[in-house]
Amino acid sequence: MEKVIRPRRKKSVKERIKDILAYIGIYAVLIIVAISILYPVVWIIGSSFNQGSSLASATAIPKNPTISNYKRLFAETDYKRWYLNTLSIAFVNMIVSVLLVGTIGYVFARLKFAGKKVGLLTILILQMFPSFMGMIAIYVLFLNFGLLNRPLALVLIYSSGQIPYNTWLIKGYLKNVPKSLDEAAMIDGASKLQIYTRIILPIMFPILTFVAITQFMAPWFDYILPSFLISSTSKKTLAVGLYDLINSQTNTNFTMFAAGAVLVGVPIAILYLFLQKYLIEGLSAGANKE
Amino acid sequence: MRSRKNSLKWWQKIIGQRMTSSGWLSFFVFGLGQLRNKQKGKALFFFAFQFIYVLVEILTSSLVSPVIPGQPKYWGYGFFRRSLYGFITLGETTGGRFRDNSPVLMIEGILAIFLLLILAVIWLLNIKDANETYIKYKSTGQVQSSKEFYKQVFETSFAYVVGAPALIMLLFVTILPIIFSFLIAFTNWDAYHNPPADLIDWVGFSNFGDILKLPGWRTTFFGVAGWTVIWALLSTLTTFFGGLFLAVIINNKRVVFKRIWRTILILPWAIPSMVSLLVFKNFLNQTYGPLNRMLNANIPWLNDATLAKITLLVINLWLGAPYFMMLMTGMLTSFDKTLYEAAKVDGASSMQSFWKITFPILLSQVTPLLIMSFASNFNNFGVVFFLTGGGPRNIAYEYADHTDILITWIYNMTREFKVYNMASVMSILIFILIGGISVWNFLRSDAFKED
Repeated sequence: MEKVIRPRRKKSVKERIKDILAYIGIYAVLIIVAISILYPVVWIIGSSFNQGSSLASATAIPKNPTISNYKRLFAETDYKRWYLNTLSIAFVNMIVSVLLVGTIGYVFARLKFAGKKVGLLTILILQMFPSFMGMIAIYVLFLNFGLLNRPLALVLIYSSGQIPYNTWLIKGYLKNVPKSLDEAAMIDGASKLQIYTRIILPIMFPILTFVAITQFMAPWFDYILPSFLISSTSKKTLAVGLYDLINSQTNTNFTMFAAGAVLVGVPIAILYLFLQKYLIEGLSAGANKE
Repeated sequence: MRSRKNSLKWWQKIIGQRMTSSGWLSFFVFGLGQLRNKQKGKALFFFAFQFIYVLVEILTSSLVSPVIPGQPKYWGYGFFRRSLYGFITLGETTGGRFRDNSPVLMIEGILAIFLLLILAVIWLLNIKDANETYIKYKSTGQVQSSKEFYKQVFETSFAYVVGAPALIMLLFVTILPIIFSFLIAFTNWDAYHNPPADLIDWVGFSNFGDILKLPGWRTTFFGVAGWTVIWALLSTLTTFFGGLFLAVIINNKRVVFKRIWRTILILPWAIPSMVSLLVFKNFLNQTYGPLNRMLNANIPWLNDATLAKITLLVINLWLGAPYFMMLMTGMLTSFDKTLYEAAKVDGASSMQSFWKITFPILLSQVTPLLIMSFASNFNNFGVVFFLTGGGPRNIAYEYADHTDILITWIYNMTREFKVYNMASVMSILIFILIGGISVWNFLRSDAFKED
């Protein structure tokens, strides 16, 4: 049964109306959604420049814009310390995580050894546990090793916690790298170590970058862990500090909180926007059934 | 060739085809059978393990280590015996100079058990090796030299050596705490039994029973769990369809400046969620928030039990739809365009081609992600904690409020009320449910099947 492809003809009135309605509908939706997204953002940025400190008087477009909140933030709270604490945790975590997963990811992806299947399954199961099930144990352990109240000790937990997920990620990634590469190198007389350092490691670079980026981002807004393990104000991380700012003295410090939120929210948002491409590739690599 | 390998019984896989005299020698002393098999190097290798363990036991016992006069007798046992004893009793003396610290005893016990398990594995390997080498010797008259053996060990151990740092970290920082938390569910560690001042004891399954039997706990558990399930379902569905809707709309040929719209719509994903949530918490404040001020109303967005739940879903939609939108956009663009052309030729309207072509294909590809999203929403601590803090007060619940989900309930029980044992019970239940779903989901996926 053959169908003739009709050549384009002028649209009837009915079709034109449908067209216009579609235009209006689509743009209306887009605009409404855009407003609902942008308004809170504008509001918080505006509030940070507001005079006065309470929530009640905060408006999106400040009447007398001032940067006094920002100044107060640095003068009256430990914000700067929190920022630095979190930055150092993020940085160290990034390096340690890449080191850890760069080795074990390769081991599980490429090598054969006793207990591999068991290991894989264990790692899979480990991922399923709610992240703070081990909280009390970690608290007790840290207590006994004198690691409480030390921001960098958090890196131990973050870097070891990311091992399961990222090992699978690397495994999936290396699956696309043909084993013949390894075999050719072995024929040429390369030792296992050389194959690893000279061939596989450079290939892993993109996925390791992904791991580095996500592991850098991870500690910034983790609340649960630091809230357990860090008690003194000056050693807090941003998440805990920011939360306490807004929670302990309800509405009286709102604009200062707004300043703090903007200072950390804006850079991270911009970072995410720039790194979109990388992150989405990484996400879909993990979810892909290739 | 070993054609008989496939018909080995299970115990044969562990200790070899049959017990031989070498095997029996190795049974009692590691490496003795290997010595008889004329493999001196291997004998040394296996014997070393037994030797080290026994040495540790002796060195840490009262025979060698200094003893404080008056200390409890079992403090003088070697490391392994003492740890096992401590694990079973969880401490016997309290107060005074020689207090037992129950959690520490539990951790030491776990460590000791783990190390002993490793010893057991090596013991079995040593027996198996003795048996198999003996049989091989009898049949071929040949024996693998120790040098070859060491070379073989070195080859396989490359994996272990390279992966060692990560493995050790995983073991101590992730696995040990999980086992510890798991075990706490079977103790009575709560606000009234507080180590190190008090001791805690094993109570078996009675905590699990309490949840089902005691009315306070039962109401809370079913209430919170029920809401958690509903929340996870609704939040996943709303964010998915919301994201899909947005992706389709933006993809429409009538839209100009697609990139700008996409960037705006991605903002909620880019902004750290904790910040957004705290901002919304203030935005929706009943008395002072700008929303109510604008509307000149006094709507209890976060203070009325039902409305708070709806607000949670809406805010979660705000946060979560962009992620799905990005995902869907990627998937939609990867579709085969010829399908649509064929459909158009056949006279299908755009609605028809969407629901009958796009949607089914999308669904099949996206199901694993949806299930993962369900699991992560189930445990979505941030949204509930930062937006409502658990929500309007519910005095009928034990330690929980109206919008609490299981995970925030656990957090409260742990952080504020120190009811660690019940918190652990909940964690275990969550794990069984969500872990089960996730594992099932994963095993179905191709990523695992191909392995």
